[in-house]
Amino acid sequence: MEWLSLEQKCMKCKECSAVLIIRVGDAFCKACFKEYFVHKFRAMLGKKRLIYPGEKVLLALSGGPASSSMLQQVQEGLSWEAGKKLRFVPGLVHIDEGAVRGQNLKDREKMVAEVELVLKRSGFPYQIIFLEEVFNLPSSVVRWDSKNIPSVADDYKAAVDGFLCRHTQLKNAESGIRTCSTGAGVQAKLAELSIKEPEPTASTRTLRLPSAQSTQALNQLFDSVTSLTAKEELLHTLRSHLLIHTARAQGYSKVMLGDSCTRLAVKFLTNISLGRGAFLAMDTGFSDGRYGDVVLVRPMREYSLKEISAYNEMFGVPTFFSPALNSKPSEKGSIHQLTETFINKLQSDFPSTVSTVFRTSEKLNVAGSVESPDSDSAARCLFCLCPLDTQIEKASAFHATLVSEHLSQKRSPDLPEAAANQCCASSEEERRCCRKPAEGCSSTTSRADERLTLLDLLCYGCRVTTKDLTMLDHLPHYVRSEADCRTRRAAMKKEIQEFLLHNNTDLEDVLKA
Amino acid sequence: MEERKLSRIVWGARALLSFWTAIPCGGAELLFGGLKKHHVTLPIQSDTWDIRHLLVWIKQNLLQERPELFIQGDSVRPGILVLINDADWELMGELTYKLQNEDSITFISTLHGG
Repeated sequence: MEWLSLEQKCMKCKECSAVLIIRVGDAFCKACFKEYFVHKFRAMLGKKRLIYPGEKVLLALSGGPASSSMLQQVQEGLSWEAGKKLRFVPGLVHIDEGAVRGQNLKDREKMVAEVELVLKRSGFPYQIIFLEEVFNLPSSVVRWDSKNIPSVADDYKAAVDGFLCRHTQLKNAESGIRTCSTGAGVQAKLAELSIKEPEPTASTRTLRLPSAQSTQALNQLFDSVTSLTAKEELLHTLRSHLLIHTARAQGYSKVMLGDSCTRLAVKFLTNISLGRGAFLAMDTGFSDGRYGDVVLVRPMREYSLKEISAYNEMFGVPTFFSPALNSKPSEKGSIHQLTETFINKLQSDFPSTVSTVFRTSEKLNVAGSVESPDSDSAARCLFCLCPLDTQIEKASAFHATLVSEHLSQKRSPDLPEAAANQCCASSEEERRCCRKPAEGCSSTTSRADERLTLLDLLCYGCRVTTKDLTMLDHLPHYVRSEADCRTRRAAMKKEIQEFLLHNNTDLEDVLKA
Repeated sequence: MEERKLSRIVWGARALLSFWTAIPCGGAELLFGGLKKHHVTLPIQSDTWDIRHLLVWIKQNLLQERPELFIQGDSVRPGILVLINDADWELMGELTYKLQNEDSITFISTLHGG
């Protein structure tokens, strides 16, 4: 055959013919590629020493290539021989975002059924959640939970040894009771037990589609966002809140996300453009402890999407296709899309683009203050739970931005009367149609107030994107009630400030009581 | 005699095209008429079929809307991975790869939302 002349040998085994170029000049054959891929996953978890044996880990599955591949790796990892075996207890969650992705009920039903089939086949406990459930979230979701941080054994090795010890004891005890049953049988039984345990709640709840009312509310919320960039960010925020809530409710202490390095490189540049530069390390790092008790982990971050897609295709990993957020996509639709196109275009001409960007992001560390345990939830962004980057000195770019914004928006800040007149004048048109000029006027000012107090609780990046949200009324209840709560608490704190000897944590306790 | 010569020129007249390249906006289904797999028989042409020709042919015959989401310039859109018989097309000479009979060409999108 003619094309054989073009063929390269695998750079690893030097025998088989190569099937994939991973980096420039590194061609792998199918067997070596698989080995490399599997090894990388194990090495990633082994090196970071973050996931303790016996820990409950929630795998967030979007159904896209990266997360599907992650599920497959975990499945494989649990079947490795004793020494290499992954020892955590996985659970799966899929969030159905069909409502905001413009799918109709029939398509969503079909999609959910498809996803469920794959989740069921994995043998792990699973749950399918609809994005509509954000309206039922408690406001504790957006609080930084430091109390429930699991007491982590200082030494990873000691923890592993302890786990192994307990495990063998358990096994011995079991085999003592039933001498006839083999070790493998016991293990299978154990596995069965751990699978069956949380099932009743999961399987009964899954297939009920959300009410039309909540779907409508969700659509209203997304319709009130004017730019696609802000929509993407809002979706990301809501999705994270749902994941954290699910993890907390079911006792998972880690959530695994399937972010690939290609995606993280895009996210890196996107987040800089969005004004989230202060949180890059958290947004793109291997572990993300912004929620306190639940830690987000990104085990797929060393894989490029090319590797992942090729692996899925070659080894038959099932993936789903989920449509993009917007129905009429264009390259310049959102900052996210623009950055993705930019990176991909550059990558096709300069194949080290993604890795360069990605390695740059890796060098960033979380600043000391961010992870300090005493920073309470009041000092954290209401949306992304990052420590607020807005409380800084006056001689800063941020402050300058605020001043210029203030000057440009309120044309006459010194003359409130004039402003009021203006407001009424502008509502004169409204008067003709609704005949409630006074009410309209006051409601617009109270709305503006609410907006201002909400913006005060956000980090710079979230402030910028929230400006594109036209109607705060559509925000889920938990966001607004938490915003109220924080504002009241801050006001109260200010009021009793002078009676306090010093600003310590007692105050928090008093206020909470 | 004339016929045999022709059939040799159109080596790779039949090929299996798999489109995993879900394009944003309804995805591959929308772009390629609701099908993910296409068994195609390419018409006879004087030149041998290579991927460059194939892309042009796909653009003219299979793509139903928004071709720029799949093809840009004379190559595929950056971010779309091409596998020829399950192997990376970069190993096969990319656009210059000469199609064989019964080849399977797979397009996988690594882009967001598809």
